Amino acid sequence: MIDVIRTIFIAFPKGFYTTLKHLFIKPVTIQYPRVKKPMAPRYRGLHYLEIYEDGTERCVCCGLCAAACPADAIYMEGAEKEKSERYAKIYEINLLRCIFCGFCEEACPEEAIFLGHEYEFSNDNRDSFIFTKEQMLANRPVKEKPFKRIIRRVRRIF
Amino acid sequence: MLTFAIISALKVTVVIIAVLTGCAYATWLERKLVGRFQHRIGPNMAGPFGLLQPIADGIKLIFKEDIVPDNAERITYALAPIVMFIPALLSYAVVPFGDQVTLFGYRIDMVISDLNIGILFIFAVTSLGVYGIVLAGWSSGSKYSLLGGIRSSAQMLSYEVAYGLSIIGVLVIAGTLSLKELVAQQEHFFDWFIFRQPVGFVLYAICAVAETNRAPFDLAEAESELVAGYHTEYSSLRFAMFFIGEYANMIAVSSVATTIFLGGWHGPFLPPVVWFSIKVFFFMSVYIWLRATLPRLRYDQLMNFGWKILFPLALLNVMLTALVFRF
Repeated sequence: MIDVIRTIFIAFPKGFYTTLKHLFIKPVTIQYPRVKKPMAPRYRGLHYLEIYEDGTERCVCCGLCAAACPADAIYMEGAEKEKSERYAKIYEINLLRCIFCGFCEEACPEEAIFLGHEYEFSNDNRDSFIFTKEQMLANRPVKEKPFKRIIRRVRRIF
Repeated sequence: MLTFAIISALKVTVVIIAVLTGCAYATWLERKLVGRFQHRIGPNMAGPFGLLQPIADGIKLIFKEDIVPDNAERITYALAPIVMFIPALLSYAVVPFGDQVTLFGYRIDMVISDLNIGILFIFAVTSLGVYGIVLAGWSSGSKYSLLGGIRSSAQMLSYEVAYGLSIIGVLVIAGTLSLKELVAQQEHFFDWFIFRQPVGFVLYAICAVAETNRAPFDLAEAESELVAGYHTEYSSLRFAMFFIGEYANMIAVSSVATTIFLGGWHGPFLPPVVWFSIKVFFFMSVYIWLRATLPRLRYDQLMNFGWKILFPLALLNVMLTALVFRF
């Protein structure tokens, strides 16, 4: 009997007060396509290739990223410029295989490949998921100074 | 005679349109409010504040495929939504929405028909709705539907008793069964029957929630146990009829509660119909608040609560009222 009375006169009002309180809390919904949440600094999204400040590519096509890749998603073919500088003639990442682990980023001795914050790359055919070098170069974030960006990424200082 | 027929037909049309619109926007209100209770926004894409959402939902339901399961009892299956839908609308026939008004020289009562047994009519008609649920559950040929139907019938049986008894106290005091006269007796704020029959009001509110199969008494459609209970197999407009029927029932029960306990359309400054709508709106909000707060009762808890708490309380209330009124 005591239990019933306690339920009716203490527990019920408490419960109703709680839900009523929550009615006036601001909704946590983010209106996704219109409003986007800023990503965490360490978020690993779509890859991009870094360049030197004079515009030449950093990648020398050493193949370490492809070797480190646990999903075997990276395919590259090297070539040489006239001053025997190596560069990647073909550099492709199969985004359907990629697991976004970030090992390529860690393996890279030239600090050339990074994983950015882009995450909207859905598509309706498999061919579009082969991410080419040109696309990766174009994908560089433009907001910060390149050097700062590299330091921030590689040293993982946030 | 002809003018009477025309006026009645007009009144019926207006009330049905108003009730169906009310049902549509009750779904909107429910989704909006439950969303806010859960820190969500609720529908906000269709029109300003998502106000066109009910229309979009209606259009979607119309264009859905109408599915009849292979082992369904076809005739009963088709009949069940109608049996649920019609009684829900019928109970509005005796609810007074406002005072007498004079339009184009005619004196028009804001009630479709002022039966002298109005309350009995409402209670008879609203309890017919359960046949729709039971028939739907039985004829669908699905175990979930069947369980929902059985639960619903047992629930209705148990709560019908306390539901009926809860208003007897009011009837004893008022000495009339006509809703119009009941409203007339509650003209002043402190004459409202909620102050003279507080226990009756609480009992009525609880039983009304159980009668309309709403949370926390929504055992008949318990989506977490029975998929959707009695309307699992229904789709398209038949499902819409169940849905509208449920909301029409909610509004009907709220209207009756307003009429019996909250002084009907009486209120200062604003026109009677507005006061009536405000009170019904308040009831609907409480319905949604209940849904957002309480978890569903277990079957045996439901039965215990109905027979061991509500029923004796209602009886006690009736007897005490009768004694006090007699001496």
